[in-house]
Amino acid sequence: MTESVALPAEPHHAARRGLMRWITTTNHKDIGTLYLIFSLIMFFVGGAMAMVIRAELYQPGLQFVTPAFYNQMVTLHGLIMIFGAVMPAFVGLANWMIPLMIGAPDMALPRLNNWSFWILPFAFTLLLLTLFLPGGAAEGGWTLYVPYSLELGYSFPFMIFAIHLMGISSVLGGINVIVTILNMRAPGMTLMKMPLFVWAWLITAYLLVAVMPVLAGGVTMQLLDHYFGTHFFSVAGGGTPLLWEHVFWFFGHPEVYIMILPAFGIISEIVPTFSRKPLFGRTSMIYALASIAFLSFIVWGHHMFTSGMPVSADLFFMFSTMLIAVPTGVKIFNWVATMWRGAITFETPMLFAVAFIILFTIGGFSGVMLALVPADFQYHNSYFVVAHFHYVLVTGAVFAIMAAVYYWLPKWTGHMYNEFWGKVHFWLSVISVNVLYFPMHFLGLAGMPRRVPDYAVQFTNLNMISSIGGFVFGASQLIFVAIIFATVYGGRRAEARAWEGAHGLEWTVPSPAPYHTFATPPEVAG
Amino acid sequence: MNVSTDSYYLPHESRWSILGSIGLFSFMLGAGIWLDGYNVAGPLVMGVGVLCIISTKFGWFGTVIRESLAGRYNLQVDRTFRWGMIFFIFSEVMFFGAFFGTLFYERLFVVPWLGGAGNMFFTHALLYPHYRALWPTNGPAHVGGAFNQMPTWGIPALNTLILLSSAVTVTWAHWALKAGHRRKVVGGLIATIALGATFLAMQAHEYYLAYTHFNLTLHSGIYGATFFLLTGFHGLHVTIGVIMLTVILIRVLRGHFTPERHFAFEAVSWYWHFVDIVWLGLFIFVYWL
Ligand code: HEM
Ligand SMILES: [Cu+2]
Repeated sequence: MTESVALPAEPHHAARRGLMRWITTTNHKDIGTLYLIFSLIMFFVGGAMAMVIRAELYQPGLQFVTPAFYNQMVTLHGLIMIFGAVMPAFVGLANWMIPLMIGAPDMALPRLNNWSFWILPFAFTLLLLTLFLPGGAAEGGWTLYVPYSLELGYSFPFMIFAIHLMGISSVLGGINVIVTILNMRAPGMTLMKMPLFVWAWLITAYLLVAVMPVLAGGVTMQLLDHYFGTHFFSVAGGGTPLLWEHVFWFFGHPEVYIMILPAFGIISEIVPTFSRKPLFGRTSMIYALASIAFLSFIVWGHHMFTSGMPVSADLFFMFSTMLIAVPTGVKIFNWVATMWRGAITFETPMLFAVAFIILFTIGGFSGVMLALVPADFQYHNSYFVVAHFHYVLVTGAVFAIMAAVYYWLPKWTGHMYNEFWGKVHFWLSVISVNVLYFPMHFLGLAGMPRRVPDYAVQFTNLNMISSIGGFVFGASQLIFVAIIFATVYGGRRAEARAWEGAHGLEWTVPSPAPYHTFATPPEVAG
Repeated sequence: MNVSTDSYYLPHESRWSILGSIGLFSFMLGAGIWLDGYNVAGPLVMGVGVLCIISTKFGWFGTVIRESLAGRYNLQVDRTFRWGMIFFIFSEVMFFGAFFGTLFYERLFVVPWLGGAGNMFFTHALLYPHYRALWPTNGPAHVGGAFNQMPTWGIPALNTLILLSSAVTVTWAHWALKAGHRRKVVGGLIATIALGATFLAMQAHEYYLAYTHFNLTLHSGIYGATFFLLTGFHGLHVTIGVIMLTVILIRVLRGHFTPERHFAFEAVSWYWHFVDIVWLGLFIFVYWL
């Protein structure tokens, strides 16, 4: 793909100034920034809760919090990190980068875009508000399993409605992304020429629109059971709590892919840039994304092996789950093959990307272990599961987000971040994150259950190690914030093409990207 | 490739969306307060939310209509709206999909299991040996007491006929719009709205009968729950559809839309067909089989 030269500078202005600028903005870059800042804040709110969890687990016995409060921390931590930190970060990146990458003047539906964002702060206000209600916040785990969830007191309706709001925001955002990609591409930007990040987001957005309504339907049924006397989830009336698990995981498994496909896209942008080679097996990457998305709809039962399903269902879900490892393996292979004999340099984004490839693979392996029905009978609800999903989500999704921030920060701010501190942040994070999560594998295999504030004494050493890793990881993220601030307000000037090996339309516009870009579409030559 | 020559219209600010968010927020906050047992404060806060949401709808759509009339929207914008509507309807399909999935799962798996099917023999024999797994059911505890189903070939069949004819009338109106016969458009729309309203009235009557004569209520176990869930959300969508059709009628009367450009009209008719198809599913799986 050859790119056009930089466009003449466009007027640099927003419709209003001050707070109203951010409230009324329809500009994809402003909205992207809002999403990213919101996500960063939520990352720290959820992170603070994780610190409470790790402090309590530092030693056996109860030291700091009550079991009920502990459960609230676990629940809110999960909900906030998933819906408040990881998802909005990816949507922020989509907002900033998709129009720049496909040569569009903005997102297709700018007002809707504003609304999708501005629902979120209200949703999380509603959710966090429950902390201050008599009886405390939601405490059934982020999976909201019935009957625990139905036994909540005052906080119940607010939790349900917060999820409705998050759902509305995600569906509207998803629709916007799909429409932008289908309808706003510059001339010559055929679907198969689209950058992998855009492809990943097209498929992610489709998943969002497909499964968020299912979650909304599910929580609506909980609301009805709680207040309006229906019996969806109670055996007395012919319903069953299993129904919730099916509905939730029909949403939940695609949801975990919603949090990893954009990460795949990011890694597929960064690895070629710093390997100075085109992405290996581009077409197969796209097909792999599509097949992962397809498979993600038919594997949900792997979360329910121990809940009571017919053996035939167990077998079906076991095999379909293991099938996902195939397209995932294709992707890992292609990233490695891209680096093979490349002229690689290890700037911070590349460091995070390489760490992603290695550590995400570990998470994938533990996933395949969990997919084996007889093995999962042992692992289920143990710390092994916690280790699995933190490898795929923290060293997977979150590392990819950090890689993306370092990679595109020059484009957003016009400044290069400080490479030295970036590397410090990387090394501290990558070491501490393994100290934090790797012992959880052993804890789980040895039988420590998840979601408990206290544990048997034989688990003490590994828990202490894990907590220390956790505190260091948490503290290291302060460096991340400091670097971002420093880069926004200063630093070496970035060129239009901030990375010498970078390709793609986003690098043809100046850094920082002007307020309006591609008002006249660029020509993308064949 | 996908771009027409004149430029894509980009609004510079969005004044309504924040009001929409505040509206949603206070509506849900109020609903929560109300459900938590505060019967005055809750509805009050909800009311504020509803007002905000309604003014948002008026303001936002009003702006869009004005921009549309001013000719700001080129064909590319039109395509954006179309794709947007298609995926919005897709999300609604998935919403109803969750409820239909619930119905099938309960009816085909759970209820037989409760009756001892599969490897549930002992569960059944020990916990509720007298329970017979028949549909409709209100479960082993017979919650809500004995009830009757709505007869299929009464109101539901009539309602099917009504909605199917309304699909015909709305399509007829659409053809008339394309042919430029505005009076026929008005006639077709009025007929559609009337049919939709009749449907709703019939359904309200049906609910009344269900509660007063059939003892079929929200509390009637899994049958009552799925029945009211599916028909209730469908009815809500018909209501929204009727409101949207009315707005379209008013716009037609005011001379909006041309035979070539009438996206809003088409979007509403798509929505109406969607509601119609959902009803067919309801008629077959909830009332008939
Ligand atoms: C090769 C790919 C993967 C396989 C085979 C796999 C398999 C599994 C299985 C079988 C479980 C259920 C364990 C149990 O509860 O007993 C599980 C849990 C989980 N997985 Fe994965 N997984 C894979 C990738 C991912 C990815 C990419 C993510 C997210 C980015 C993810 C996130 C999660 C989460 C959050 C849970 C725990 C949910 C909970 O119970 O709270 N997984 N995985
Ligand atoms: Cu899963």
